[in-house]
Amino acid sequence: MTTAEWLDIGWVDQIPVRGSRTVQVEGGDDIAVFRTAEGKVFALLDRCPHKHGRLSQGIVHGGAVACPLHNWRISLSTGEALGDDKGCTPTVPVKIDGGRVLICRAGTLKAAA
Amino acid sequence: MEHIHLTPEVDTREHLVVIGNGMAGCRAVEELLARDPARFRVTIFGAEPRVNYNRIMLSPVLAGEKSFDDIVINGTEWYAANGIALIAGDPVAAIDRAAKTVTTRSGLTESYDRLLIATGSDPFIIPVPGKDLPGVIAFRDMDDVDTMLAAADAGGDAVVIGGGLLGLEAAHGLSLRGMKVTVIHLMPTLMERQLDEAAGWLLKQALEARGQTILTGADTAEIVGDGKVEGVKLKDGTLIPASLVVMAVGIRPSTQLAREAGLAVGRGIQVDDHMVTSDPAVLAVGECVEHDGQVYGLVAPLWDMCRSLADGLVEKPSGYRGSVTSTKLKVSGIDVFSAGDFSGGDGCEDIVLRDASRGVYKRVIVRDNRIVGAVLYGDTADGSWYFDLLKKQDDVSDLRDLLIFGQAFASGGGAADPKAAVAALSDDAEICGCNGVTKGQVVSCIAKGAHSLDAVRGTCKASASCGSCTGLVENLLALTLGDDVQSGPKTMCKCTSFGHDDVRREIVAQAMRSIPEVMQKLHWTTPDGCSSCRPALNYYLLCVLPGEYVDDQQSRFVNERMHANIQKDGTYSVVPRMWGGLTSPRELRAIADVVEKYDAPMIKVTGGQRLDIFGIKKEDLPAVWADLNAAGMVSGHAYGKSLRTVKTCVGSEWCRFGTQDSTGLGVKVERMSWGSWMPHKFKIAVSGCPRNCAEATIKDFGIVCVDSGYELHVGGNGGIHVRVTDLICKVATEQEAMDYCAAFIQLYREEARYLERTAPWIERVGVDYVKARIVDDESGREALRARFLFSQSFSQDDPWAQRAEGAEAEHHAPMARFIPQGRAFLEEIGA
Repeated sequence: MTTAEWLDIGWVDQIPVRGSRTVQVEGGDDIAVFRTAEGKVFALLDRCPHKHGRLSQGIVHGGAVACPLHNWRISLSTGEALGDDKGCTPTVPVKIDGGRVLICRAGTLKAAA
Repeated sequence: MEHIHLTPEVDTREHLVVIGNGMAGCRAVEELLARDPARFRVTIFGAEPRVNYNRIMLSPVLAGEKSFDDIVINGTEWYAANGIALIAGDPVAAIDRAAKTVTTRSGLTESYDRLLIATGSDPFIIPVPGKDLPGVIAFRDMDDVDTMLAAADAGGDAVVIGGGLLGLEAAHGLSLRGMKVTVIHLMPTLMERQLDEAAGWLLKQALEARGQTILTGADTAEIVGDGKVEGVKLKDGTLIPASLVVMAVGIRPSTQLAREAGLAVGRGIQVDDHMVTSDPAVLAVGECVEHDGQVYGLVAPLWDMCRSLADGLVEKPSGYRGSVTSTKLKVSGIDVFSAGDFSGGDGCEDIVLRDASRGVYKRVIVRDNRIVGAVLYGDTADGSWYFDLLKKQDDVSDLRDLLIFGQAFASGGGAADPKAAVAALSDDAEICGCNGVTKGQVVSCIAKGAHSLDAVRGTCKASASCGSCTGLVENLLALTLGDDVQSGPKTMCKCTSFGHDDVRREIVAQAMRSIPEVMQKLHWTTPDGCSSCRPALNYYLLCVLPGEYVDDQQSRFVNERMHANIQKDGTYSVVPRMWGGLTSPRELRAIADVVEKYDAPMIKVTGGQRLDIFGIKKEDLPAVWADLNAAGMVSGHAYGKSLRTVKTCVGSEWCRFGTQDSTGLGVKVERMSWGSWMPHKFKIAVSGCPRNCAEATIKDFGIVCVDSGYELHVGGNGGIHVRVTDLICKVATEQEAMDYCAAFIQLYREEARYLERTAPWIERVGVDYVKARIVDDESGREALRARFLFSQSFSQDDPWAQRAEGAEAEHHAPMARFIPQGRAFLEEIGA
């Protein structure tokens, strides 16, 4: 249920395993919501810190996503670039409640701004 | 509890009992076995219920880069093979020197002839209120790591007290695991014992940029919480919330057992140069000892001590003379190095190099023309060279002007030759810090037959732990063996030790049917692969199981998953197929309408004779495809590792030089081969005469028409490395040209490695091999052609049409739309 604190964006099953969906934020960048092979769900700004590639379109493996533009690997939990690359993309707190995916309203606004 | 008991027959050998199953205790036993494997009967007592593991690798375990199994130094088979009894999980509680026995907590008593104490050190817990609350831990053993991992799974805030090496590694690991981490450090700069102020500041900036909060000059007043940790209060009144507190303020030699047994103990257990304590039957080694007034908390001195200890035990005493230590490590992915004294002072001169854009800081401290200390941040490649000069106390006045630029530069000439740098190291220069292996030991191990990196790792263990010295070891292999180095097979990616050809062979041999099955059977080291191996495996399975294998969309690169080409702004470009480069008013009108209807900002003619519509949004793709389908056009696969285009010239129908109907043949070839997935993109061209207007001789497969038939060319490429095709044969009829083309494509599909174009593939296997398979072997050619056409019978469904009809809509539609201001807060899209 959407509250003052959390936005209810849909069922977990709507996000493909090892895949991603997006939430459009009017007046801002999209939020990418990921689901890993282990079933964990993460949300990040849909923008690579490198050249602003759409992370939602990348290949999800382990706890990371490979950006589709230049294959930077971004940690889904921290938003940080892994390996030798340096950079960080904002994360948005997520929780699962009764199979529904909730993302933090304040975090969404802050990240998408 | 893991105990390894051996039933000794009557064993009359002296009994060596080791207290401590850690790095020092086991290394001492290894050194002893290397000198005289039969001399002692050995029993090892360990407090932890585990085999011997590499404690300095706990940080990578916490960070998720390694598992416990990866950091085991000696597994159970080592104890068994060497006749060592291991009593793990039952710590020794008392030593009776008069009776020459030790007794464990559970009451087990064992007598000894020689006793070796290797109890290491205990974490120092600062005596503040709340230090015993659940959730307050140290960072010393595998149990601490397990506690941290459990806390990280629950998420929330963590506080690390101590901004030294151990504290920063704990903070990095917890941060990677998703916790919000604050580091509290009493001193004004981080790692003040290893880094000077400038490097400490650089490190703090870098860690803060990675999202950690670093509080320096911060003094802990108390740990607060009701029944469990809830936060840390500083002396200035600041309260930092935390569900986990890691104390990493330092370690102290673990001396309680020795003190209770009446041995001489100062800061540590006092030992002589042969690691013998005040009782001649009792030895001690490692972090628990004090030698010549010094105690050590780093791993390198342990190796020196263990060597001296073993020499003494086999009565060839060498004597330990103390260690000069250096620290080379990665903190949060940042390389830092320090050695010697960098506090400066009278008579010291600093040589400093800063490179802000590369984030490099180097400082070498020189006194009386000799290096006394060095601090490196960001680029530590020359650390071992500076350390070597420091230990040897070499006069550096000749090198002085170039010293700071590093060994290659200062030694002259070999500026770009890393081999020269390694060659210049002395035999006792340390190569592998994790395992304490010198250059001389690596070279002798190579000389004894270890001719590959794996063999070196397997024998002397150099580069077998963290791997940061792999480059040095490889250079030593090259220097020692010249061209005889056995390079291991180039692996597909870091997830596997197998190469592409091995994986393909095993997929067929073991009849594997899915990506998870391949990963399981071939021992993938990652749970679900990476962005390199998953697309390759998906292709290999698709190729071997046409019509059966279910394509894994999540293992496709974005362009193949979206059936369009992603552009740098996140929009897509769309290329409809135009058979042989031919089009019609109806198709052109449909394209023009799409451009206007969806506001495409640009349309361009491609090198392959197609029209490319740019700037289409992900959400609009299905509608665009529906409009193009309506005019009879299908996907042009301009995005795929697949047949791209068949380029043609106008041929005999219009051209006064044309010899054959190149356009008509081009259309037929494209109708045959479109939609097929390949190891990489594949381009075809048909030219109507040797003037070759369709540029067929830089295509993957090129047909050049001549009066008497069709010349067939393969392996051309117009990319970075232009390669002209090889002519494989001339055929008489259109049908033969098409049959050879199908056979060639299938050979490439079945035998080239993923992401290998035909040009490098042919360079690798040789054009003669291709001729033998396609031209000389008629039945083989026919079989290849048949397999290609069979595979094509499953792959010529237009992917655009399926998506336009609503298939896989989740790839295109957002999950929800959020409108921060206004009436509707959140619109759920469904799908």
